[in-house]
Amino acid sequence: MSLDQSRHRAESANEITVVPRRGRGTELILLIFAVGIATFAYVNVDLGALGEVPPNAMAYLGGFSAVAGVAHIVIRIRAPYADPVILPIVVTLCGLGLAMIHRLDLADDTSRATVQLTWMLVGASLFIAVLFLLRDHRVLARYPYLAGLTGLILLILPLLPVIGHSIRGAQIWIKVGGMTFQPGEAAKIVLIIAFAGFLVQTREALALAGRRFLGVDLPRPRDLGPILIVWVAGLGILTVQNDLGPSILLFGSFVLLIYIATERISWVILGLLLIAVGAYAAYRVVGHVQTRFDLWLDPFIDPTGQIAQSLFGLAYGGTLGTGLGQGHPNMIPIAESDFIGAALGEELGLAGLTAIILLYALLVSRGLRAALVMRDPFGKLLAAGLASALMLQVFVVIGGVTKLIPLSGLTTPFLSLGGSSLVMNWVLVALLIKLSDAARRPAPTEAPSYTDDATTQVVKLR
Amino acid sequence: MSELTLTVIRLGFLAVLWLLVLSVTSAMRADLFGVRPPKPPKQARGAARQNAKGKNGKGLPSRVVIVEGPDTGRSAPLQGAPVTFGRGDDCTLPLADEYISTQHARLRFHDGQWYVEDLGSTNGTYVGNERLTRSMPVNVKSRFRLGKTVVELRK
Repeated sequence: MSLDQSRHRAESANEITVVPRRGRGTELILLIFAVGIATFAYVNVDLGALGEVPPNAMAYLGGFSAVAGVAHIVIRIRAPYADPVILPIVVTLCGLGLAMIHRLDLADDTSRATVQLTWMLVGASLFIAVLFLLRDHRVLARYPYLAGLTGLILLILPLLPVIGHSIRGAQIWIKVGGMTFQPGEAAKIVLIIAFAGFLVQTREALALAGRRFLGVDLPRPRDLGPILIVWVAGLGILTVQNDLGPSILLFGSFVLLIYIATERISWVILGLLLIAVGAYAAYRVVGHVQTRFDLWLDPFIDPTGQIAQSLFGLAYGGTLGTGLGQGHPNMIPIAESDFIGAALGEELGLAGLTAIILLYALLVSRGLRAALVMRDPFGKLLAAGLASALMLQVFVVIGGVTKLIPLSGLTTPFLSLGGSSLVMNWVLVALLIKLSDAARRPAPTEAPSYTDDATTQVVKLR
Repeated sequence: MSELTLTVIRLGFLAVLWLLVLSVTSAMRADLFGVRPPKPPKQARGAARQNAKGKNGKGLPSRVVIVEGPDTGRSAPLQGAPVTFGRGDDCTLPLADEYISTQHARLRFHDGQWYVEDLGSTNGTYVGNERLTRSMPVNVKSRFRLGKTVVELRK
């Protein structure tokens, strides 16, 4: 196509092509809605549990509005084309989680909600920092191997003798100066950046077909290296750290990303086979996994009765729930963290829990949507990877809590008590916002100038 | 706090939560049904209406405008007679560009279509990156380049 045609086409396309609406107004309206719901939940908890409006309700409303407002303004400045529904969903989920933690505080006479609120502020600040510091997401693609190494080191950190820290049998914390942190949550993001960067470079080789077997093009054996390495790493983490969650997240998001990058179903089949083999091996070798599996099949043999209590709670809540502050979610062990889904299910019922899961689904769909519209392959893979990780995490946790699959230790994003999870998920959302901004921004249509001296042939006459 | 009030609040909260889900979904509707294209500015619409009434409604260019080069902004009407470009004073549109020949290019009307042709110039006439060797049809918004000058056809 000649330059003229391309410019011509760009010009005529300008008239037909729609400029995507920035949607900042929509975002603002939805945010006001979300802040309203967060405050409503908080007031509702006190009304239900104590029968009075909390004295600091207005302060709560003001604080939440301030956080949401600042985040919104930063998006207006740094990512004006970002997807308008991502931030409101996140604010709603944070608000619901905070209300539920406050509700458990009332029952247990603790003050974890204040801690969670502090972490939410830290998370929002990091969100703003990412939006300001990351001018172009493509810089993240530069050092995939370094990012991969960083991710692995973060995963190994909890095993180191001095800083490693074990809570409830899972060796996934580090403790520095009295503060505990779960490096696995940061590793999640770093590893997805690494996977996306790595797959952008190698996807063509990985998409090459090898032998055909049962109507499926298997990949060439020599291309199996990366998936096997991640598989072994996942199993290693599982055995050493005694925790199912991170390994599922690690391997699952890698398989999903490799499928998105190569468009070959054979990788998914291969991944599922490896998961089956790995799960069987883990079941035979790792005692923790065996316990989890047995408790899944028969929740009532558990002395702490986590899953059983969770199921009782969900059943007590029924369709419409007991109402915030009026159930007994504090009877579920660790209701503020892993089992917050069950606690919310009890007080908001099936209707409320469905709405929450739908909010997650919408969030994930916005990530995938950004991946679809995205113009550069790295951004596509990164957005799809972050969305898949979020999806997997929600599925694994809510599935475990509702006894669909064996329970594994992961936090429910944005809802669960836990600083590292909340902060890192805010960072993840900042990346998604940045990516969706890049995806929805109109493509530059500037054609090179005609009077470019390089194309002008000058013939000297004199 | 009476039982009734609490029930109303409980159901109200669920309703509000679902309302949020629905409004988020409706905010995403644009992805499914597309976005309305932006309205053209008023001036352009007025011009378009005028053109639709005029005899050039079939999309024939009525003017030729210099859009780049030393003579930017100059124009000449297209009324059927050939228009010549060059540095010579006898051209329809004399140009001051020093990379242009005396008689450089010509726009010619034939069979309801304008054509641009090179008149054996030293540096050639380009449509896009292609140097003209024979006449080439041009329409509204077509551009061609002679020397450092870019010419565009307009309605």
